[in-house]
Amino acid sequence: MTTSRPTRAALTIAAILILGFIYLPIALIFVYAFNAGRTPSWPPVGFTLHWFGEAIANTGLQQAFLTSLAVALGATMIALVLGTLASIAVARYRFFGRDAISLFVIFPIALPGIVTGMALSTTFSQVGIPLGFLTIVVGHATFCIVLVYNNAIARLRRTGGSFEEASADLGADSWTTFRYVTLPNMRSALLAGALLAFALSFDEVIVTIFTAGGVKTLPIWIFQSFRLANQVPVVNVAGLFAILLSVIPVYVATRLTSTSEIAGGRV
Amino acid sequence: MRTPRLMTIAASLALVAAACTTGGGGTPAPSLPTSIGDGEGQLTVLAWPGYVEDGTTSPDVDWVTPFEQETGCQVTVQVFGTSDEAFTLFQTNPEQFDVLSASGDASLRLVAGGFVQPVNVDIIPSYAEIFEDLKNKDYNTVDGVHYGVPHGRGANVLMWRTDLVDPAPISWVEMFDPNSKFAGKFSVYDAPIYIADAAVVLMATKPELGIENPYSLDETQLAAAVDLLKKQKPAVGEYWSDYTKQIDSFTNGNTTIGTTWQVIANVLQAGDTPVDVTLPPEGATGWSDTWMINSKTKNINCAYMFLDHITSAEINIQIAEYFGEAPGNSKSCALAQNPDHCDIYHAAEVDYWTNVWYWTTPVEDCLDGRTDVKCTDFADWVKAWQEVRAG
Amino acid sequence: MTTITSDIPPPPTGPGRRLAGWLHPRPGIRLGGLLAGPVGWLVVVYLGSLAIMLLNAFWTRDAFSGQTIYVPTLRNFAEILGGPYPSITLRTLVMASAVTITCGLLALPIGYFMARVASPRLRNALVVAVIVPLWASYLIKVYSWRLILAQEGIVNWALAPLGLQGPGFGDIAVWLVFTYIWLPYMILPVYAGFDRIPDSLLEASADLGGKSWTTFRRVVLPLVFPAMVAGSIFTFSLTLGDYIAPATVSTTIFIGNAIFGNFGAGNFPLAAALSLVPLVIVLAYLLIARRLGAFTAL
Repeated sequence: MTTSRPTRAALTIAAILILGFIYLPIALIFVYAFNAGRTPSWPPVGFTLHWFGEAIANTGLQQAFLTSLAVALGATMIALVLGTLASIAVARYRFFGRDAISLFVIFPIALPGIVTGMALSTTFSQVGIPLGFLTIVVGHATFCIVLVYNNAIARLRRTGGSFEEASADLGADSWTTFRYVTLPNMRSALLAGALLAFALSFDEVIVTIFTAGGVKTLPIWIFQSFRLANQVPVVNVAGLFAILLSVIPVYVATRLTSTSEIAGGRV
Repeated sequence: MRTPRLMTIAASLALVAAACTTGGGGTPAPSLPTSIGDGEGQLTVLAWPGYVEDGTTSPDVDWVTPFEQETGCQVTVQVFGTSDEAFTLFQTNPEQFDVLSASGDASLRLVAGGFVQPVNVDIIPSYAEIFEDLKNKDYNTVDGVHYGVPHGRGANVLMWRTDLVDPAPISWVEMFDPNSKFAGKFSVYDAPIYIADAAVVLMATKPELGIENPYSLDETQLAAAVDLLKKQKPAVGEYWSDYTKQIDSFTNGNTTIGTTWQVIANVLQAGDTPVDVTLPPEGATGWSDTWMINSKTKNINCAYMFLDHITSAEINIQIAEYFGEAPGNSKSCALAQNPDHCDIYHAAEVDYWTNVWYWTTPVEDCLDGRTDVKCTDFADWVKAWQEVRAG
Repeated sequence: MTTITSDIPPPPTGPGRRLAGWLHPRPGIRLGGLLAGPVGWLVVVYLGSLAIMLLNAFWTRDAFSGQTIYVPTLRNFAEILGGPYPSITLRTLVMASAVTITCGLLALPIGYFMARVASPRLRNALVVAVIVPLWASYLIKVYSWRLILAQEGIVNWALAPLGLQGPGFGDIAVWLVFTYIWLPYMILPVYAGFDRIPDSLLEASADLGGKSWTTFRRVVLPLVFPAMVAGSIFTFSLTLGDYIAPATVSTTIFIGNAIFGNFGAGNFPLAAALSLVPLVIVLAYLLIARRLGAFTAL
């Protein structure tokens, strides 16, 4: 359908305005990362690179960053395995309760974080598991499963089971089929799902607060820094870095999959 | 006046709970150490912001690094915003924090819950130098057993932006008047204990209610305080519990008058925001803090060394001057950078503090001694506060 | 005759193959093996912890010492049906709905632009542009709105020459912040939804005499609606439980704040009982969304 000229123009303007809306606060974070004043006021009083130096030297920040990386990797690994298994089951088999699985898997991410956090925290302490790195990973993995699952199942549904049948016809057993046919087919969808899972885990704050014990992930470090006077500019620098670092993996992901897959696989 | 009867009630609750639970309260208190041994190498401290400065707020405000160098105990500090938050942190992470600075409305609850252990004050040299009228108080000593070392005390004060609020306010009433010129810009402390501040106002404006102690409110008196707070609500610009939130609200002009801690005013003034504070004549709520030790701590020696260090004359006055409060150590006044500091904060005046109502947990047995009525307890206050906030 | 060679290794004859052979006619066991991990994890870790939390809702806690009193009672449930809680719930529902509608309305033009107007290179760039802000820390984004809407912040500064004032802090601010934070979660599925509509359908509609707006209203919108519902799951449920954003830019208490407040005051059983409210609401919403096709929109 060829959209008419005025409609295209109107849509272009709308898109620009909406993108502006999305990026205004991001731009502000950038500006405040350079703000010379200790407390952020508008307009900024001056520009300095001082906070970058402080951020780089801040061992708490470095530690928190590495912890978040480790947590996100762990959670993503678990989510990849569980999400892939579930998606294969739902896409390739017919069974009672099949539709319910899609609902079930999304529940951890749809339920408010505070409820999930409180539930996990109470359970861990009443069962006797100390809060720490492992409990954070368990919590994150639980709500990351759906992100892998959705991308995987979209791909599996799109490609149908005929390739796997052909592979079996040619004499391959299940493991071989999985390794040489199914997995390569799913690979980029799994990557997209893993990327989304990683991003979510990296930035998650509410469930993490309840399950962290004394461990400091980056969001917890940021949360605590907002409560300490004069730490806010360093936090803005951390935010700036996070945004800049994210551009590359996101770009890579969009190249590896069709963009509508990475977009549609969110739910 | 806290009666021994209350402690028995709380103790029996703890024992009942101990029979039913596997963790948390009821663990028998470890036997008191008789000397301070070698440090364990680390210590986690839960403190009011401004009490345990390690250079991150400002490089020249640091009394933690010297301690770390002297004792080898590496200190991790976490701050909290309200006593309730500190209590909940202990409840959900019973082994995480080794020591904490507990105000009067947290200290007895921590004792009742078995979260803190008795402290052998005889082996802490700084204890001997503490002001006598801070020792053996209801909130730090139970049945003759000491549960911590007094830190210092202060009052919640009234702060305003001198360039935006004119004339200067002189009474808390101005912060409770919904028709005030500055309605919409009040800054109020976000915790149930703030009900006591409303009660302090009622003590002056409605003496017929008969409130003798703002933490000792029967149902009628509590209802009156809640009513006052509900009337205040539309004029409130912000309820704060993170002190940084109040700092940047005042900096940005979102709030221009409110209840605060002196340290906040100090930080604002250092950041060139024009504010001033006053302690209104009708009195105020305040706090008297105690350093306590976690009953489950693994770093007992570092804990004792920290308690001694933080309440020593040299350090105690640094904190008092930075935070803006009266120090607990009587010998510290002579070491103050501002020689008038102790006079300004009335550190040695016993009578002054009768008009400052330290944060205390409200209980059913009326704290003012009345036996003909039941007073509202902490659970009632929490419920009332939620009603005020959510309305 | 040529010999056919292949570089796929000859079938192994080891235990793996025997196991595969044994499993082949037993799809039930294969299925069980696949589902054991994920379903087991979700049931044990997730449902299990929810059950334990709800069990706590039947107990009470001594306000003074913080000790749990293990005497079953329905008191907490009675409490959440009264007091300020019904109005808090209503307020939260209204906010979640408002945010969802706004996100939906904003996502439509930009999603359509990305799917059907932009060139493929621009489209890629736009997808990246929409996803990247998701990587900016949620906390920092919320906090930046606190600065934007502050009395002496950028919005008031920009509106001052016009003699206007920004909304400041309050419910409007909360609505703005939530719309902002969850917008990418709505744009992405809507874009995917628009992208999936085959050109042929639109050409057919034009052939049948439909003008742009009619085609949009009667062909495109119904087809993209399931995607919007899918996106709304995020905007609705994430708004429903959030307590950090309202606490940062307003003094209003939403259900998440009420739950957190009770937890912070040490009354965990009441917080657990109160968490039933968003739980039931989200479950109902998911069931409705499924009915509206959100889950098959993939």
